[in-house]
Amino acid sequence: MIKFDNVSKRYGNGSVVVKSLNFETQEGELLVLIGPSGCGKTTTMKMINRLVPHSEGRITIGGKDVGSLDPVLLRRGIGYVIQQIGLFPHYTIEENIALIPRLNKWEERAVKERVRHLMDVVGLNPEAFAGRYPRELSGGQQQRVGVARALAANPDIILMDEPFGALDPLTREQLQDELLRIQSEMHKTVVFVTHDIDEALKLGDRIGVMRDGALLQLDTPDRLLTNPAHGFVEEFIGKKRIYQNPDYVPITDIMRDHPATTQPYRTAGMAVSFMRKHKTDTLIITDGGGGLLGIVSAYDLHSVGGDETLARIMKPVASVLADTATAKDALKMIGKTPLGVIPVVDGGGKVVGVVTRGSLLSFFANQWSEEDSIEK
Amino acid sequence: MRSEPLWAQIVQQLNMRWPDLLQALLQHVQLVIVSMLIAAAVGIPLGVLITRARSLEAPVLGVAGILQTIPSLALLGFMIPLFGIGIKTAIAALFLYSLLPIIRNTVTGINNVDAATLEAARGMGMTDSQILLKVQFPLALNVIMAGIRTATVINVGTATLAAFIGGGGLGDFIFIGISRNIDALVLIGAVPAALLALLFDRLLGILEKATAPAG
Ligand SMILES: Nc1ncnc2c1ncn2[C@@H]1O[C@H](COP(=O)(O)OP(=O)(O)OP(=O)(O)O)[C@@H](O)[C@H]1O
Ligand SMILES: [Mg+2]
Repeated sequence: MIKFDNVSKRYGNGSVVVKSLNFETQEGELLVLIGPSGCGKTTTMKMINRLVPHSEGRITIGGKDVGSLDPVLLRRGIGYVIQQIGLFPHYTIEENIALIPRLNKWEERAVKERVRHLMDVVGLNPEAFAGRYPRELSGGQQQRVGVARALAANPDIILMDEPFGALDPLTREQLQDELLRIQSEMHKTVVFVTHDIDEALKLGDRIGVMRDGALLQLDTPDRLLTNPAHGFVEEFIGKKRIYQNPDYVPITDIMRDHPATTQPYRTAGMAVSFMRKHKTDTLIITDGGGGLLGIVSAYDLHSVGGDETLARIMKPVASVLADTATAKDALKMIGKTPLGVIPVVDGGGKVVGVVTRGSLLSFFANQWSEEDSIEK
Repeated sequence: MRSEPLWAQIVQQLNMRWPDLLQALLQHVQLVIVSMLIAAAVGIPLGVLITRARSLEAPVLGVAGILQTIPSLALLGFMIPLFGIGIKTAIAALFLYSLLPIIRNTVTGINNVDAATLEAARGMGMTDSQILLKVQFPLALNVIMAGIRTATVINVGTATLAAFIGGGGLGDFIFIGISRNIDALVLIGAVPAALLALLFDRLLGILEKATAPAG
């Protein structure tokens, strides 16, 4: 939809602030640009609606070179939302939202209808707010108007430059949720600039990480987290962040790799000494090929004779995790697991590790202490 | 006559000269309004222009500033070779005097419009003239009106000097009163001039409030 072909931006003082960007947004996707302050996010965005002219390369929208379009007409087809909101203070909310439709000479009835509809969409009661002036609204309400104004002429593309950056965390979250809801209904092509990684992960269909005017990686949140293509991406997104979010921690990072296993023909007596040796109170029972059969605990061994075979004592395993599972799956399961031990099996059903309450706890505890040492 | 109290003199002069006074008053108002209208007609566009062409700002404000520092009488004098004596010269001088506050306030008013508002306006596809007419000008209007108000009040006072170059107005009474040493005449010219200034101040004050942007 929006396509950057080797686009660079050089300012008069010679500094190149955007370097040979290549990317293409898909229709209806919410693409987030993220990166440290000054890396060129805003510049990149403003080159799309020609608020900043690009120096090299080609930017096309639906195949048309933006350079060949009349900037005013180009911008009329692109919604624009900025952090400072920038409502017209001398116009009512209704007049603010209606401005572009009126400039486009819509019929007055259609304008009125559109304004009411959009106010509903962004969660502002038209009866209460249409006649008010911007300064009579809170910051969050003002930005709702900002979003409604950007949607007014029903553009296919919306550019948003840190639209929620100045709002308090609670309001920000509300507006993020609303944006996701609106987007799920309207499917605009949105380019969204932020430097809040949580916001990016929450909103982005894809996220482009920028540094020093270059786009380092453009990928889905999942892939960015699990497969950072660049050390900086990993660092910026924060390895710790990956671990903070149990959704993204592979179970293989948490499980104990060499669990104490034994085979069902062994006796209870052997099992007890085996447990002592391995300092554990549970044993996974596998067949000769490592396939999971059951589990015994020290408690089970108490009440039986030393010659009893494990095949008769072992219990079936209620909770098993595949090695593709995440920490979140483990966390959800562990509470309901009687012995607090979850075997992890590979695709062939072979036991490759175990997750215990202890291993989960120490894993996250380590992340916390690591994070502390990074921040201090 | 000399021995009569001042108020009696005033009553007597008024009795004798009220048609002249009325005419002088009208002439005075005319001087002020005409010169102000021209000053607004020139000063506001000039102010707008220099917000668009920043390089013009320093020279234009500089020249207008210098004009204002020239003593009023001297400026009137400078105008005589250009327009001769009479009302035209007076209007020209008053016009030049009033330019600075109008230009300066126009520039201030327009430059004070929030940058974010302008960026939003441009970003959503308003043309330069739409931005000027629908955003900048309405938001700057009351600051511009304040400039006009200041200029007008000064103008009412300065216009009394028009009499020195045959421009008429209430200055005629003051001028004759001084030269003939008749206090009552001076007062008959000066007091209405002062009241006129107050009146303009009041009226334009109301207008200024009315032009404050809504919201
Ligand atoms: N008009 C200009 N002239 C010269 N340099 C500029 C100009 N505008 C921006 N820059 C520079 O371009 C670089 C990128 O700026 P940009 O505003 O795109 O950064 P950003 O990623 O949006 O940062 P932030 O997160 O702080 O908003 C910065 O180093 C900035 O100083
Ligand atoms: Mg920015």
